[in-house]
Amino acid sequence: MEVIVFLVPLALLLGVFGLLGFLWSLKNGQYDDLEGAAWRAISDDDETPRTPGPSAARRGV
Amino acid sequence: MQATRDFSHYVKHLGSGLAHIDLAVEGVSCAGCMSKIERGLSAIPDVTLARVNLTDRRVALEWKEGALDPARFIDRLAELGYKAYPFETVSAETAEVENSRFLLRCLGVAAFATMNVMMLSIPVWSGNVSDMLPEQRDFFHWMSALIALPAAAYAGQPFFRSAFNALRTGNVNMDVPISIGVILALAMSVVETIGHAEHAYFDAAIMLLTFLLVGRYLDQSMRRRTRAVAGNLAALKAETATKFVGPDEISVVPAAAIRAGDIVLLRPGERCAVDGTVIDGRSEIDQSLITGETRHAAVEAGSAVYAGSLNISGGLRIRVSAAAEGTLLAEIQRLLDHAVQARSRYVQLADRASRLYAPVVHATALLTMIGWLIAGASLHDSIITAIAVLIITCPCALGLAIPTVQTIAAGAMFRAGVLINSGDAIERVAEVDHIIFDKTGTLTLPELDVVNSAAVSADVFALAGRLALASHHPVAAALARTAGAKSPLPGVTEEPGQGVRGNFGGEDVRLGRPSFCGAEDLADEILRRDPEASVVAFAHGEKRCAFAVRQGLRPDARETVAALQKRGIAVEILSGDREPAVRAAAHTLGVPEWRAGVTPADKIARIEELKRQGFKVMMVGDGLNDAPSLAAAHVSMSPISAAHLSQATADLVFLGKPLAPVIAAVDYSRKALRLMRQNLYLAVGYNFLAVPIAILGFVTPLIAAAAMSGSSILVMLNALRGRRVRQEKV
Repeated sequence: MEVIVFLVPLALLLGVFGLLGFLWSLKNGQYDDLEGAAWRAISDDDETPRTPGPSAARRGV
Repeated sequence: MQATRDFSHYVKHLGSGLAHIDLAVEGVSCAGCMSKIERGLSAIPDVTLARVNLTDRRVALEWKEGALDPARFIDRLAELGYKAYPFETVSAETAEVENSRFLLRCLGVAAFATMNVMMLSIPVWSGNVSDMLPEQRDFFHWMSALIALPAAAYAGQPFFRSAFNALRTGNVNMDVPISIGVILALAMSVVETIGHAEHAYFDAAIMLLTFLLVGRYLDQSMRRRTRAVAGNLAALKAETATKFVGPDEISVVPAAAIRAGDIVLLRPGERCAVDGTVIDGRSEIDQSLITGETRHAAVEAGSAVYAGSLNISGGLRIRVSAAAEGTLLAEIQRLLDHAVQARSRYVQLADRASRLYAPVVHATALLTMIGWLIAGASLHDSIITAIAVLIITCPCALGLAIPTVQTIAAGAMFRAGVLINSGDAIERVAEVDHIIFDKTGTLTLPELDVVNSAAVSADVFALAGRLALASHHPVAAALARTAGAKSPLPGVTEEPGQGVRGNFGGEDVRLGRPSFCGAEDLADEILRRDPEASVVAFAHGEKRCAFAVRQGLRPDARETVAALQKRGIAVEILSGDREPAVRAAAHTLGVPEWRAGVTPADKIARIEELKRQGFKVMMVGDGLNDAPSLAAAHVSMSPISAAHLSQATADLVFLGKPLAPVIAAVDYSRKALRLMRQNLYLAVGYNFLAVPIAILGFVTPLIAAAAMSGSSILVMLNALRGRRVRQEKV
């Protein structure tokens, strides 16, 4: 059962990665337009000529 | 004289040669619009970014500074079929967006911590009944502490701050018991872990924060959404003025950029955005927005005009006056400030509940501790039991009870055409038992309409409409709109003060004053029946006809008034308009109580009188003159066509032509208030079941977790019922 000493921290570490991913996406402005994002997911890629860089999103786009 | 449009006021310079502008766009509703707009704008050379935000209905644009004029984007959007306006983010909204991101961050941290602490707690719960080694349990508890303590310190900030602020000013709000409960639970768990005890409550404390943050975030995002819509409305209504930048050169600028001493041009059919004095020209103006008086006033050089006046017949040059003080608008603003201050701070249901709740809960915990001490338990065990009582009573469901209902009800009202400006409006609308309507623009439609179009044959009507397109006169514009005219007649000339004339099929056609068309007898007949109407006459060869033009009642005004009366709400009309007009409207609508010719101060006096009699008054109005009374009433509502100031004051704004959203607002609010009360009872009822168990000392972390999530889910499910109200025939 000593193995849990490694396994539990390992599980937590994976959780931390998830949390960091969420915080990154939040900072990146991915939750600013939930309604639009839902539609963008089903529109064809080649119809959107330019995707904005992360710098644009951070400015509150 | 072609006007240029100057949007430099709204352009942000980002450095590195890029410029940025935000545009509010009307009518964006789907993915199709989104890609159409983005493609259409990106095709303009030098544009580096065009991105639609579908939630806020806005477009963000960036381009290389230089040759490109921002007006080009507006034109391009107009070509694509969308009406766009430059948009300036107000600081309140920026703060709101920042706050909403912070809450989401807290929620993310708390949810992460809850999941991981749960992962560690469940083995402990099951291990306690099987064969877990004490060392293993301690290890799990320490790991939980390692996650829960920093997470609670971060994610608890919104509650700790609010509780601290409340305590500092000598108040108690819902956040005080929450903060005490969380801090005590964590502290006790740390002490218990050090003492190798069996139970720790890290999971309960952090789960509580997660549930509460869900409630906070829902509440916040509802307010943010309505704030964004209100912000767009303000941008769509942003006043512009045509300013002389040279002797013969004019430029359209935002009213905010106009300074005293500037000279502006006011064309027929335009609304004045500034206070000033006429220096050249002669016209009639409609001041009904300011005074409620629908009769037009004649102005000439030297006359004063106020912001909000509508120019009717001739072009005016106006010098913007320096003195904003003492103008009619300033007077209204002053009344408004006074009324806003005087509005008694409405205590929200949640706050009232927490005022009762906190002392009861804390007293129970204290009594539990004293009781166990007297019964002979050790100090340690007594404190643990008392803290267990606090944890189990922590207002988790109570924190969700109201925001969930508000969010659902606001969404339902949004679909019914009602926007909510202030968070507690739902509770206040639900209590309303007396509604005061303004007449002009509220019970009636804001635009003029031809009321006797049925009496005129369709082809004559269509021809008159085409001829009317040549005139700027508001009555002619109303005729053209009602007739649905699209193609103007060629070769039409305007005779100032008389009307327009042209040629159609070899015959003379005229539209204008009855005397101009030789139709005085027809006009007199209309005016005898309806003294309020404006008459415009039309002549085609030998044929004559006359159109009666007036502000028509909203199509469902009568049914709405009847439906409101059926709900036990007294309806009254207060209008600044003349008596015959108000009497006629009141008679048609079946409203027994009405007053005509009232001033803004009279309206407030009437509202105060009703308040003293114990009525909860809702004011529905649109004019500038209504703004102070909107603020004075218990709750207020404006149509979307309202003057900017009134709309900012109103708690609710309704869209579209019908008046039915007023009923929807009342129905959904009443249902929402009922659900909020039910939810509070549910949350309290849960506590009634759980508290005795806690007082007796039987509560384990497992029971605490089950009680908390069970009651929260129940409350959320109950809130979902607010999506529908019983439909009845109105």
